[in-house]
Amino acid sequence: MAKIKMKKKSTSTDMTAMCDVAFLLLTFFILTATAKVPEALPVDTPSSTVQSKLPDSDLAIITVGKGKVFFDIKGRETRKKTLEGMGAKYGLTFTEDEQNKFALMDDFGVPITGLKSIIEMKAADRTKANQGGIPIDSLDNQLKDWLLISRRATIDLSGGTKELQIAIKGDAKEEYPRIKKIMDILQDQKINSFNLVTGMRGKDF
Amino acid sequence: MAELNTGDGGGGKNGGKVRSKKQSSKVDLTAMVDLAFLLITFFMLTTSLSKPQSMDLSLPDKNPDETKKDETKVDENRTMTVMLKADNKMTYYMGLLEAPKVGPKDIAYGKDGIRRELLKQKQNVLAYSAAKGNPGKGIIVIIKPTKKSNYRNLVDILDEMAITGVDTYAIVPEFTPEETKLAEKN
Repeated sequence: MAKIKMKKKSTSTDMTAMCDVAFLLLTFFILTATAKVPEALPVDTPSSTVQSKLPDSDLAIITVGKGKVFFDIKGRETRKKTLEGMGAKYGLTFTEDEQNKFALMDDFGVPITGLKSIIEMKAADRTKANQGGIPIDSLDNQLKDWLLISRRATIDLSGGTKELQIAIKGDAKEEYPRIKKIMDILQDQKINSFNLVTGMRGKDF
Repeated sequence: MAELNTGDGGGGKNGGKVRSKKQSSKVDLTAMVDLAFLLITFFMLTTSLSKPQSMDLSLPDKNPDETKKDETKVDENRTMTVMLKADNKMTYYMGLLEAPKVGPKDIAYGKDGIRRELLKQKQNVLAYSAAKGNPGKGIIVIIKPTKKSNYRNLVDILDEMAITGVDTYAIVPEFTPEETKLAEKN
């Protein structure tokens, strides 16, 4: 009787296609990932169990920590328009180059008069610049103007369809009166609904 | 796995002719794929996890017009007042401070402290409302953050509201003299 010979199969598979796919995906993820820029005012946010993600655009973040207030707007066009508006309000002119630079930078915490020097700095120097915070006193409330003008800018740019969302990113150790003050500034402009930026944690604490 | 069988085609027989070895053109890609997938996982997770989380907070409209101030009367049996004090401490009581139903008692944050109490009182209030003939009216929590409390305390207590499902709460940073006394007592 003829013996049926089993064909000896090779155990190695062709990995080329798999490798191609893997690297394609890898390239995609690397390119879409945004590099994390060190914040000008690092804060330790408290954590909560509520998980809703913040939007990427049309968002203003007010950072409160160490007694200082910093401000950040997401979205380049909104930033440019806001800077233009703020310049007009405070009698300052920002060149095209300065506007473009401002559109690309992150949060800042200087009075409007000191903004030009911050714009001129390199990204790495901005974090070291020891920015003193945006004035929020009742006499010189620049945060109020930043908010008002950036909200207007968002509405103008979107043709009235979108509203600027406000998020407060507070340091866990910041005392309540200061947070209350920011909330009061927001409520004075009839912003009664906003987000609090928090970290993540489980329910079991 | 790797095709490394470089056929030694009897090179010795051919009278000293040096033959270059026939190399297999296949390379083992396993390690490379491993690495690639590891990096993919890393980038996938970091891009989605680096987005900040947030908590929604809606405050009632500030009424600058004093004459329009609405005088909503609430049943004091349904209210629970939570005072956030200095050094991460907290005091709570049910009902009015002059005649509290429960407390005032110091309580800790977390699942064994305020959360258990909130859930218990929530049940009590629901039972009370049902007995009075208007079921569904739940507990009302009044959060009173003192000047010495910090932002973490506020977020923690708001988080407890979200966990325990208490949806009627108010942040009232106004204190009567008696309340101030209670808040300063340790």
